Amino acid sequence: MNQPYRLAGGGAIDRTRPLQFTFDDRVYDAFAGDTLASALLAHGVHLMGRSFKYHRPRGPIAAGAEEPNALVQIEHGGGRTDPNTRATAVEVFQGLYAHSQNRWPSLKSDVGVINDFVSPLIPAAFYYKTFMWPRSFWDKLYEPAIRRAAGLGEAPHQPDPDRYQHRHAHCDVLVVGAGPAGLAAALAAGRAGRRVLLIDENPTLGGTLAHTSTEALADWRDRLTEELVGLPDVTILTRTTVTGYYDHNYLLALERVSDHLPPASSVRQRLWRIRAGRVVLATGAIERPLVFVGNDRPGVMLASAARTYLERFAVLVGRRPLFFTNNDSAYAVASAMKAAGAEVVAVVDVRSDPKGPLVQAARDAGIIVRTNAVVVGTEGRHRIHQAALGTLDDQGVLTGHLGTPVGCDVLLMSGGWNPNVSLHSQGRGKLRYDDGLAAFVPDGGQQQSASAGACNGVMNTARAVAEGAAAGGGAVDAPAFEEPEEESLRPVQVVPSDRSGARAKAFVDFQNDVTAKDLGIAVREGMISIEHVKRFTTTGMATDQGKTSSVNAIAIVAEQLGTPIPAVGTTTYRPPYVPLTFGAAAGHSRGRLFDVVRRTPMHGWAAEHGAVFEDVGNWKRAWYFPRSGEDMHAAVQRECKAVREGCGLMDASTLGKIDVRGKDARAFLNRVYTNAWSKLEPGRCRYGLMLRDDGFVFDDGVTACLADDHFHMTTTTGGAPRVLAWLEDLSQTEWPDLEVYFTSVTEQWATMALSGPDARDLLQPLVEEDISAAALPHLAWMEATIAGVAGRIFRISFTGERAFEINVPAGYGRHVWQALVDAGEAHGLCLYGTETMHVLRAEKGYIIVGQETDGTVTPYDLGMDWIVSTKKGDFAGKRGLLRPDLQAEGRKQLVGLATLDPDVVLDEGAQITAEAEPRIPARMLGHVTSSYMSPNCGRSIALALLAGGRERIGSHLFVPQLDGPAVEVEVVAPVFFDPKGERLNG
Amino acid sequence: MLLIDCPHCGPRAEIEFHCGGQAHVVRPGVEVEDADWERYLFVRANPKGAHLERWVHLHGCGRWFNVVRHTVSDEIERVYPMGEAPPGGTAA
Repeated sequence: MNQPYRLAGGGAIDRTRPLQFTFDDRVYDAFAGDTLASALLAHGVHLMGRSFKYHRPRGPIAAGAEEPNALVQIEHGGGRTDPNTRATAVEVFQGLYAHSQNRWPSLKSDVGVINDFVSPLIPAAFYYKTFMWPRSFWDKLYEPAIRRAAGLGEAPHQPDPDRYQHRHAHCDVLVVGAGPAGLAAALAAGRAGRRVLLIDENPTLGGTLAHTSTEALADWRDRLTEELVGLPDVTILTRTTVTGYYDHNYLLALERVSDHLPPASSVRQRLWRIRAGRVVLATGAIERPLVFVGNDRPGVMLASAARTYLERFAVLVGRRPLFFTNNDSAYAVASAMKAAGAEVVAVVDVRSDPKGPLVQAARDAGIIVRTNAVVVGTEGRHRIHQAALGTLDDQGVLTGHLGTPVGCDVLLMSGGWNPNVSLHSQGRGKLRYDDGLAAFVPDGGQQQSASAGACNGVMNTARAVAEGAAAGGGAVDAPAFEEPEEESLRPVQVVPSDRSGARAKAFVDFQNDVTAKDLGIAVREGMISIEHVKRFTTTGMATDQGKTSSVNAIAIVAEQLGTPIPAVGTTTYRPPYVPLTFGAAAGHSRGRLFDVVRRTPMHGWAAEHGAVFEDVGNWKRAWYFPRSGEDMHAAVQRECKAVREGCGLMDASTLGKIDVRGKDARAFLNRVYTNAWSKLEPGRCRYGLMLRDDGFVFDDGVTACLADDHFHMTTTTGGAPRVLAWLEDLSQTEWPDLEVYFTSVTEQWATMALSGPDARDLLQPLVEEDISAAALPHLAWMEATIAGVAGRIFRISFTGERAFEINVPAGYGRHVWQALVDAGEAHGLCLYGTETMHVLRAEKGYIIVGQETDGTVTPYDLGMDWIVSTKKGDFAGKRGLLRPDLQAEGRKQLVGLATLDPDVVLDEGAQITAEAEPRIPARMLGHVTSSYMSPNCGRSIALALLAGGRERIGSHLFVPQLDGPAVEVEVVAPVFFDPKGERLNG
Repeated sequence: MLLIDCPHCGPRAEIEFHCGGQAHVVRPGVEVEDADWERYLFVRANPKGAHLERWVHLHGCGRWFNVVRHTVSDEIERVYPMGEAPPGGTAA
């Protein structure tokens, strides 16, 4: 076996299933059950990454999701790449390919380490101050250079080929974490018949007991697991991390379905969206690092991590471990490592007289204990090889050196335990500082939730079980195991050292490269709120969210400020608890499933006949129908002329259509439109303008009277949903006394707009009824049978030509369309799209809501005074229009603009100025809302909103263009074609 | 994401609803003074605590109703039908 640090027996690895993986181009052996970190440690490899800012060599300090250092990139080609993955949480599979990050040319010789030598020049927040000027350097130099120098993994360049799912889950009780407290909670709730969801991030249940060597604890774990698996309403998810805890017990969890297997076609990850009646948080505790000079050297680890590597992976993280602690728990690890064959150098304890059972057991095993002692510095380039010790007095002052530096190959530290309160805090739970733990514990939550066990500050297994069971609503027997009591710890915020200068760094936040000194700088710079310190130094930010660092940072800031720790408070823990892939967040919502695509009944015909489509909201609309060799401009010019000279056909099915019915329907229309509807008879239609209560134009469209209590309303394509919502709102909440009902029928009708002088000649032979001007004049409608299909024909024109809007049930749309196209052959029928529609209506000065209006335009601004009734009672917008500012002089009004050079087409959205080269800042008089080349006018045309516009008709102004000089224009009336409107009729 | 107890459909996720802002804002008649009209159009309560607001179950039954939501905790203290007097007569 070429894994020198792997023990011959023990652990939860499968020695019968050897695997190979690649890290930084070297192939290593592993066993099924290994993580990337455990397998590398089995080879004695601690160096796994370079730090974020200073490029310092780093190895893992932890064995789980809290790992801040050992971030690697998993790389499987073809878009399969995952940056910033914790090596401690990556399960090895055959062929796993990973490499370290943030180093060049290699992990061992990284030129970026220059940052470490120049670190006095780049203290906390240096970038806020340094990269301010010159401004031209921002995007050319500073951004790219800093991004390259300070960074983590590399984002993917190709689409993600993997599959992801979302799943909704509802449960009575969600238990997060399957350690002693979580297992007890799930079982208690499950026995009571509750629907339980138990989630754990590891592959197996048990938490701290998952790989325990204590038989009584293992038995208890297995007994509970077995009973849980047998309960019908208990669902267990492993390899799943609850990443976010939101309002009203809504939580997200990421299930790593097949991340532990070679890339395959199955689902990679599944995002669970969970709504829980009650949440039991049993998320355990995370060991706290000690802050001492040189604490980031590879080989410096948390003591508990060494225990996990030993028990779960049968890996000795080192043969000559030195321990550094302020509490009892590290002694158990020292004893266990000694029993496993390690030569324990010593336990360095800051306390003066530790004598708890765990300490005693270590001493009995022959382990040397140094009391009142600290580590003042470490040595070793890519791995620690020795540590210097010092002595401490009762006030925490360094009193001298303790012998000569001692040799060691790992330094295992323990600064106490931080209850893992991330989810509790995300769920807006409050926190309280606990002096005994020197950490924050939950102090009441506002949601239906409870914290149980170590995450609630209860570090004793039996008491954690009792608390978990109670949180689950029952009782569960504790394991038959007497746990040794532990003595209290001695808090030490920053371990004193005789080393000084820039290179004497004691790290608080490993992932963000924040030292104790940086926190001091922040306080000196006046950051007295911990939230400011966080932003200034970046401690506790990014993917780490302060899992190992936050409590230390708060304690250090408190010390610097001379205030008690509770007064400093905590920063907010934010989701996600562990990084979430974009793939998981997107789920199925990508590519064709990203958003709804709405197609009209005639879409297929248009696609088959070469239409170019444009997106209008979710709709695909035919934009223009190019003939061979035509570009868009040529096609649109041809279509525009053809409609006015013969006839044209357009698919208008996307128009919003609302069926309005009820005995008070007419009264309701009177209140939502500006004009009068009292006298509109069945068989007639009318154009209407809707305002919001503030007096501004909201939507427009033609509404037909079907019967005295029944109307067919049309809206703009984009406005249909909001108009329906607005009508419902008014009807339900403002005028509940009016009996009226609204039904969206947009998709029930296929709508075809047939326009042009020849329109009637084309249509009449297809229609059984008489559609002559006498029988069906402009703004009338009739029931008719068109190509054998019962439908409705409306005399509505958006082109200014004689026009028919044919509505047939959607299922017959393509049939009737085809009949019109066939009949049109003899008439030279032109198929046209939305662009031609836009040009034709602009020639007539017809507005488009959202183009000529922007939510600040009144009917008066549009020159549509005629549509605002002065006689009828209240309607939406009536009082609004009386506001002084809406009546004021000089408002922007709709006008036409004619360029002096008829071939120049203005930029839409361009500003209007009084002079060609106005003094900057120029006074803007208005802007161009629509602009086209009009073949029917033989020149360019434009509509504009212009301050005092109607007064300015005849005057000359200028329109600066995106490129080229300002264009001189004459202000004209906004109707360019057939100003008398004679072509509509007849 | 809030869990809102629609009076017609029962508890549903917030994503099915749309909030219509402050409830019990009375729409004055055409005769009111500019200042009162301005208050109706633009001035809204922004309390720290109980807020009376209108919600519609847009992707459900389509009905409007009133909600008392605590603006700090987001707890929904009460749901009651349109047209019912505000609890405790605390309409803005």
